[in-house]
Amino acid sequence: MNSNDPDIKWIDEPQLGLAGKMYLPLVVQGLTTTARHLFSPKVTVSFPESRPQIGNPLIYRGVHRLNKDEQGRVKCVACFLCATACPAHCIDIVGIESPWPDREKYPESFTIDELRCIFCGMCEEACPVDAIELTSLCDLTGRSREEMIFDKEKLLSVYDQTVAAEPMKSRAMGGTV
Amino acid sequence: MSIDWQSLMVPLIVPVVKIAVLLFALMTAAAYLVLLERWIAAWVQDRLGPNRVGIPLTKIKMFGLGQPLADGLKFIFKEEYTPAHVDKALYILAPVVILSAALAIFAVIPFGDVLPIEVPGVEGPIAMVEAPGVDVGMIYVFAMSSIAVYGVILGGWASNNKYSFLGGLRSSAQLIAYEIPLGLGILGVVLAAGSLRLEEIINGQAASGQWNAFSQPLGLMVFLIASFAEAARLPFDLPECEQELIGGYHTEYAGMKLLLFLIAEFLHMVVAAFLIVILFFGGWHFWGMEVGPDVTVTWPMAIVRIAVLLAKVMAVIVFFMLVRWSWPRFRFDQLMNLAWKVMLPLGIVNLIAVACVVEFAHVRELEGGVASPWIAVGVGWVVALVAWFLAGRYAPLHTDNRPRLEVLRAPDFEPETALARQREAALR
Repeated sequence: MNSNDPDIKWIDEPQLGLAGKMYLPLVVQGLTTTARHLFSPKVTVSFPESRPQIGNPLIYRGVHRLNKDEQGRVKCVACFLCATACPAHCIDIVGIESPWPDREKYPESFTIDELRCIFCGMCEEACPVDAIELTSLCDLTGRSREEMIFDKEKLLSVYDQTVAAEPMKSRAMGGTV
Repeated sequence: MSIDWQSLMVPLIVPVVKIAVLLFALMTAAAYLVLLERWIAAWVQDRLGPNRVGIPLTKIKMFGLGQPLADGLKFIFKEEYTPAHVDKALYILAPVVILSAALAIFAVIPFGDVLPIEVPGVEGPIAMVEAPGVDVGMIYVFAMSSIAVYGVILGGWASNNKYSFLGGLRSSAQLIAYEIPLGLGILGVVLAAGSLRLEEIINGQAASGQWNAFSQPLGLMVFLIASFAEAARLPFDLPECEQELIGGYHTEYAGMKLLLFLIAEFLHMVVAAFLIVILFFGGWHFWGMEVGPDVTVTWPMAIVRIAVLLAKVMAVIVFFMLVRWSWPRFRFDQLMNLAWKVMLPLGIVNLIAVACVVEFAHVRELEGGVASPWIAVGVGWVVALVAWFLAGRYAPLHTDNRPRLEVLRAPDFEPETALARQREAALR
């Protein structure tokens, strides 16, 4: 493309006004902005002493939990939709025949490799019975790789731990699933 | 042959003690200025900054005041790596040159007025300057700060690395360009004070109670901007702009050698702050102080003077750090245009104005009268405003690098489509 091409649009840079050319008004403006930020409230969270404020727990994607129904049974029906949806392949389910009349299967084991998980929330979206949910627990730590593989009991205990603060998400509550 | 060792030794002890105290204070100050710089950087960006490290091996945090110690330890324990492709001798020499030049400047910089200590063998109170009464103090400062360029160029050259070399080249061009407005700013002050001694310059301002900042605002602006460039601080940190040159002239340096470069950079900023305060803001003087040659300085007075000087210097340093986060970096052609086409003329205008005022006062003195000090202030401000306006209005701050359509296009160029003809007409 040469410079004669009529499709090239030549644009002049905007000219400075008189105040801009004097520079000092802009200097004062810039320094005022900097000085204002110097004293403005800080956004850093001093982590172990204070906890981050989760804006909306309903859409926050933290540690997983397996929900229980009213009778304390795991809600999961071992349909494998979450494991299929999972892009990181971190969910491993072993489903067996259910002892209860209201469903055909339930998970004998349900493990999530939290180190593999990318916390995309697609398992939560895929679940037809709202059994798997992402909580707003954000400080997920462990001392070994094995410790970070959460089995069914661990996931159910996360439910017990968080159910008081975060009831199960549903559309009625403004949740996304 | 008997030598009176005592009379020889005692005068020697005072400077040695001064040098020891000064070296310790400067190194500690440089370390804590790094912490301050990090704090201010964080606060300006709405962060908290380093606030964890306190007393080692305890849980006491002290707002992060232990951070310099941790930083220093980190540098000491880093590998002292020398790349294979460097010029070894110059590579090692460069940080030494730049740091020793930066430290040597402080020999003539007063840190206060005097201390009322009686030392046998030494006449009068102890001056708060390593080398008191250096008649060429200002020239010495200027010469030593020029040597810093050698450290930068040697570092860039010896590193045998294109980025380092470019950084060194840029730095040399920048420092040489800005030394002229820097010198012009100093000349105005020297002319007004009639002495090159920094103590004399302070005393002159203290005696009249009129700081040079009031009578030479243009000189202050020129000197301030030039000293930003000399200290290679943002917005003039082209020698080491990370986005273009990685680290600039110290790209190839690591460990203690890098630390020497970084300390030298901070010392340059401290020197600049001291010079701004001493030359333009009255040094240790503040209104309401008892000043004059016949005033005996007592301990409280001496301490107040030191505190005032250091407080002013601290304010200037904080200003330096705030400026860092207020403006983006200049482009190189803008930098050069600012030096040669704006700062140089402004410096000359200031010099001429000061010379006229000084000559006027001199003539009045010969006639037996006294020139009002307010004449200097009035002339200074009028000249500053007019010159600043003219420079802002007419001086080119950047190279006009827009495409020159009349050169690019043949005179008989006729666009093919009607729309393009319309555009072309609008352009012309």
